[in-house]
Amino acid sequence: MIEQGSRHGSVSRRTLVRGLAATGALAGIGMPFVARAAEPIRIGFPTPVTGPFGAEAKDQIRSAELAVKQFNEAGGLNGRMAELLVRDDKLNPGEAATRTLELIEKDKAHFIVGALSSAVQLSVNEITRSRKVLYVSISQSDTINEAKDFSRYTFHEALNPHMTTAAVAKHTFKKGTRVAYLAADYAYGHEMLRGFKRAAAAIGAETAGEILHPFGAPDYSTFMPRLRSMRPDILCICNFGRDQANSIKQANDFGLKKAARIVVPVLLHNQRLAGGADAFEGVVGASNYYWRLEETVPSAKAFNDAFRAAYANAIPTDYGAYGYTAVRSLLMAVKAAGDTDTDRVIAALEGLTYDVAKGPERYRACDHQAIQSVLITESRKKSEMQGEADLFRILEVEAGSEAALRTCDELGHRA
Amino acid sequence: MTSAFAALDLELIAMQLFSGVALGAVFVMLALGLSIIFGMLGIVNFAHGNFFMVGAYAGVFVMERTGSFWAALLVGPLMVGALGLLVERFLIRPLAGRSPDDPLLLTFGLGYVLVEGVRILFGSDGLPFATPEELSGVADLGIGYFPIYRLFVVGVVALVLVVLWYGLERTRLGLIVRAGARDPEILRVLGIDIQRLWLWVFGLGIALAALGGVLAAPMRSVNPEMGNVVLGEAFAVTVIGGMGSLMGSVVAGLLVGIVVSMTALVAPEMASIAMFAFMALVLLIRPQGLFGKPGLGV
Repeated sequence: MIEQGSRHGSVSRRTLVRGLAATGALAGIGMPFVARAAEPIRIGFPTPVTGPFGAEAKDQIRSAELAVKQFNEAGGLNGRMAELLVRDDKLNPGEAATRTLELIEKDKAHFIVGALSSAVQLSVNEITRSRKVLYVSISQSDTINEAKDFSRYTFHEALNPHMTTAAVAKHTFKKGTRVAYLAADYAYGHEMLRGFKRAAAAIGAETAGEILHPFGAPDYSTFMPRLRSMRPDILCICNFGRDQANSIKQANDFGLKKAARIVVPVLLHNQRLAGGADAFEGVVGASNYYWRLEETVPSAKAFNDAFRAAYANAIPTDYGAYGYTAVRSLLMAVKAAGDTDTDRVIAALEGLTYDVAKGPERYRACDHQAIQSVLITESRKKSEMQGEADLFRILEVEAGSEAALRTCDELGHRA
Repeated sequence: MTSAFAALDLELIAMQLFSGVALGAVFVMLALGLSIIFGMLGIVNFAHGNFFMVGAYAGVFVMERTGSFWAALLVGPLMVGALGLLVERFLIRPLAGRSPDDPLLLTFGLGYVLVEGVRILFGSDGLPFATPEELSGVADLGIGYFPIYRLFVVGVVALVLVVLWYGLERTRLGLIVRAGARDPEILRVLGIDIQRLWLWVFGLGIALAALGGVLAAPMRSVNPEMGNVVLGEAFAVTVIGGMGSLMGSVVAGLLVGIVVSMTALVAPEMASIAMFAFMALVLLIRPQGLFGKPGLGV
């Protein structure tokens, strides 16, 4: 046994050496350019491929891959290609931390982009901050902007709860409006709830009551009697992914929509598909992207067309678009910096104004939050849909402005 | 003012109790199949939640082709039940006589295969399943409003229970099934083909899981992972009621529904945990569950 093992060992080693030599020779003769070309630009991409946010994660990956493909087709960084290393973080902060460490230490990723949950992104951010690796987060979070979680390596391309809830509240809350809240009991739900209540206080809307529900709950029937008894004008549902589809569907079943208007922080494309037109009819929320933006924004048209060509006429979704805007802005910065040196890319990102899908965006200096437009959308009635993908009506596009963000002082950043 | 508040609170509590019973009916449905299979075959079916999910997809499949919810409700569970027959015949039966862990591990793995299979066939996004027209809308119960569809689900579960009870207690086949659960050896000596009995009981258990899936489809979004939470719920109910006891499943299902609902009223964020805290409490006092026989081990 032992003898056999060692013989096998020596054979494979010899083969390996021979193979390596041959590859080297071949590269040297046949493809001198490739052989000399430096290592690829590796972008680690942890995202919850499996689990309740799987649909959104899949769209992020497709859009991020499109951005990488376009970069490479345009010649990369003087011939240096980019590649996307997708890892499943299973929507678990511990898993995400392990995968991120692996991406940095084992796979030698130059940059990290991704994560789709407010809690998971904070855990990724912990790792990248301590390893001094640039991280572009594409999941909603307010805390990541704040001084205690922020680092110069941290960029936040997604909208944050503060700007999202302020925009939605501005369009739906009025002085004296009674608002009942149903929020998921974890970071995302808490941050959205806080955002709405702050906006409500400024507008003069009243809180009729609030209920925190367990994350990932499949049944909401037991919350409905209490929500109804609050007699709200607006039912504000602050959750994400399948929780959103299930809770809106069941609130509709219980007839809550007849008495109150349903408002959500982020109206999700995939959940509207899963929940159906009838359940979502009239629901209002915000969004970072909706494909029909193409009618007014040229870069949205270009993004949609590239996406349609790459993926059999499919259209990009809201959370999918984050994968695109984040990776494209990062690769633009790499190009401007001239290499993958973290400090130079940080400087380039800080100075960048990019318009790749939704009009001009730029990162604010103090907290690296992307200043960008917020779309207010309303889910369409089935009979008013012009085609299967015509899910929403854009009520308004709030132009990107620093005024929509909390001030640097408020976040604890010293000037 | 205060009296108005008290009236409102009473109504709210009554409504909450009712929601709990209705939710409990769903739990009963989930636990029935699991309990029947364990009681008869001694198999802990870890794929139960996934068969529930496959049932929901079978419902979508039939609904898309026929446009009829009633066809989906009838044909969906039959299709998945047939799949259950195949699973028993070709996967479970060859393990007979081996360690009781083997069928457990097999169904555990089978659960993953079912999820992946559905992802390949129907994609990983959720699918919509509208409430059937004739059952949509809300009913005024006097104490509050409740979706007609959920009332219908309670009715279906009650009907299934009556049919099961009649079949087990009042028919010759039921007598054989009960005897088989108590002493399969004697039954075999009496010349009854116990293998065939097990086959059909397994198929029935799976069909019940699938029926639960079709019933749940209009209330929840249909997605490949929808069975995962369900498995935990079904197990909690079965364990509380006593593994293998039908009566236990019914009582425990309703109790759990009420516990979850009442917790949702006072501490909503604890609603999911409440079920398992209740399970721990019951097990501390009665390790065999409410209606279980002590010392019944796999």
